[in-house]
Amino acid sequence: MSRQTERAGAPVDAGVGRAGLSRVRGAWRRVPFGVRMALRFALLLAAVSFVTFALVSASPIDPVQANVGQTAYLTMSPERRAALAERWGAGTGLLERYGAWLADALRGDFGMSLRYNAPVVTVVAERLAASAVLLAAAWLISGVLGFALGVVAGVCRGSRADALICGWCYLLAATPTFWLGMLALMVFAVYLGWFPVGFAAPIGAGAEVSLATRLHHAALPALVLSLTGVANVALHTREKACEVMESDYVRFARSRGERSWSIVVRHGLRNLALPALTLECAQVSEIIGGSVLVEQVFSYPGLGQAAVTAGLGGDAPLLVGIALATAAVVFAGNLVANVLYGVIDPRMRKGAAHVGA
Amino acid sequence: MSVRNGAAARTAGAGEERTVFHRPAPLRAGGSRRGLLVWIAVAAAALVIVGVAGALLAPVANTSDFAQANQAPSAAHLFGTDWMGRDMFARTLAGLATSLAVGLVAAGASSVIALALAAVAALGGPAADAVVSWLIDLIMGIPHIVLLVLVSYALGRGAAGVMVGIALTHWPSLARVLRAEILQLRAQPYLACSEALGVGPVRLALTHIVPHVLPQYLVGLVLLFPHAILHEASITFLGFGLSPEQPAIGVILSEAMGYLTAGSWWLAVFPGLALLAAVLLFDRIGSAVRALVTPEEVQR
Repeated sequence: MSRQTERAGAPVDAGVGRAGLSRVRGAWRRVPFGVRMALRFALLLAAVSFVTFALVSASPIDPVQANVGQTAYLTMSPERRAALAERWGAGTGLLERYGAWLADALRGDFGMSLRYNAPVVTVVAERLAASAVLLAAAWLISGVLGFALGVVAGVCRGSRADALICGWCYLLAATPTFWLGMLALMVFAVYLGWFPVGFAAPIGAGAEVSLATRLHHAALPALVLSLTGVANVALHTREKACEVMESDYVRFARSRGERSWSIVVRHGLRNLALPALTLECAQVSEIIGGSVLVEQVFSYPGLGQAAVTAGLGGDAPLLVGIALATAAVVFAGNLVANVLYGVIDPRMRKGAAHVGA
Repeated sequence: MSVRNGAAARTAGAGEERTVFHRPAPLRAGGSRRGLLVWIAVAAAALVIVGVAGALLAPVANTSDFAQANQAPSAAHLFGTDWMGRDMFARTLAGLATSLAVGLVAAGASSVIALALAAVAALGGPAADAVVSWLIDLIMGIPHIVLLVLVSYALGRGAAGVMVGIALTHWPSLARVLRAEILQLRAQPYLACSEALGVGPVRLALTHIVPHVLPQYLVGLVLLFPHAILHEASITFLGFGLSPEQPAIGVILSEAMGYLTAGSWWLAVFPGLALLAAVLLFDRIGSAVRALVTPEEVQR
């Protein structure tokens, strides 16, 4: 095992006799952190854009037919069809089209959304802003609740509370998000009438909707969305908490006469926070995925709903834009996790470099 | 000692997982091997029965009887009927059977991809390793559902789109575990010995490595099912997966969406519960199989 991988704390990466690779890695590590991350980000976005572009191009769904509508398509003259096909670039090769798209994208022009009839950048920005409330609330709630439950279950291991929390988490992990949303909608919105049935604002209301109304509309979807992440964080935190409670330093603290909860607060939390934080940041991807489903159930006009509309309506430029936007958010989540490692764990501050491995 | 280390490394590797299903709890009840085997047999039998019953009930599931429309659950219709008078119990079972079939095929294909890429990464040298790691990062970098929507769009929707989509998106976590496992194996003297005797990389992988990681692979495969089934239902619910004529849980639930405000609660509650039960069963089977193949877990 080379020293580098050892410091990185990643036994998984321990290659056998891979001097060449570790030399490359060593050089890579000497590049400043910011530059490395920027390069990785650019590479990721390029790959994501190409993969989505290729997937969208491979689709048998004819963009002309999908967007003009069946009747209009049938009544249209062949010349007009050809003109439209040319406008949407239906005849040109994949690489050629990707090149053209990339050149435009680098200048900030991601094309026009066919469904929303607006620039992709505008649509994605608007939708992302609407989803942001949902995503942020769900992310925070699931993190805090999951961490708290995990610590309680781990510290009181074997107790009834532990069994209850574990059982609940297993149940939650096996529950389809959208079904949970439907149940919540039925119970809290239809039967009890506590929350509105859907949408981000009352129908017909213009732009001047109060913040309270907006929050009222976002509350139920956000709560449902946050539940999906709780199980993951709670179960992993519990595992780690069990490990910590069996450690030597906890035993020593106990022998000095410290009480359980003071041990947890003084010695446990920092150690527990690290894996929970990693998970929480890796979870961004899951939460965005869940938001697609939840927004569909609650008719919430966010990015997820736009993705479904784009996919069903054959809106290729918007699909590519959404894939890029979500990939960027997920990358940002992982980046935050890496930076926070150093903040929380002094042992990693020097080797913040391990992040790029 | 080395066994403990192996377990620790596995735990560290699994710490990066995003999903709960890959970290099952140690089984409390029935810690004995025989108990576990019985558990697996019962759960597997339940799933087979659901599959067969669902396939047999498919014709019943599609018969509509408008005289019996919108009935609440009763002795004649256990799960009630929908607005076309179709029996929801038959529809739910048929839907579950479809979901199980799709899940089986997709998870199977995905696990084969995982095994192949893990072997390539661990045995193919640093460059291959870097490429596979990067592929994993790429797939993990796009939210699953968004990627599934894209793949489904690329294949023109339908059942094939779902299966290919799930197969292409679910391998990374298993591939990581298997890669770590194979890397550990790589240091074994008998592999160096075989290599020195002139055994080629492909034969080495097939005769010495694949049999060794087979238990891990099987556990990973079983634990992929619940994911595959959940994602199939989700993507079908969104309108990308199986076509509306097929009785699938996702189709049933997306149809139920229109009747939520009308008070037909049984349309959504029972099919969802059935899906939940199937997913939990698969998860339990996976945990039990894992406990059987990893001795440390049994002794806990």
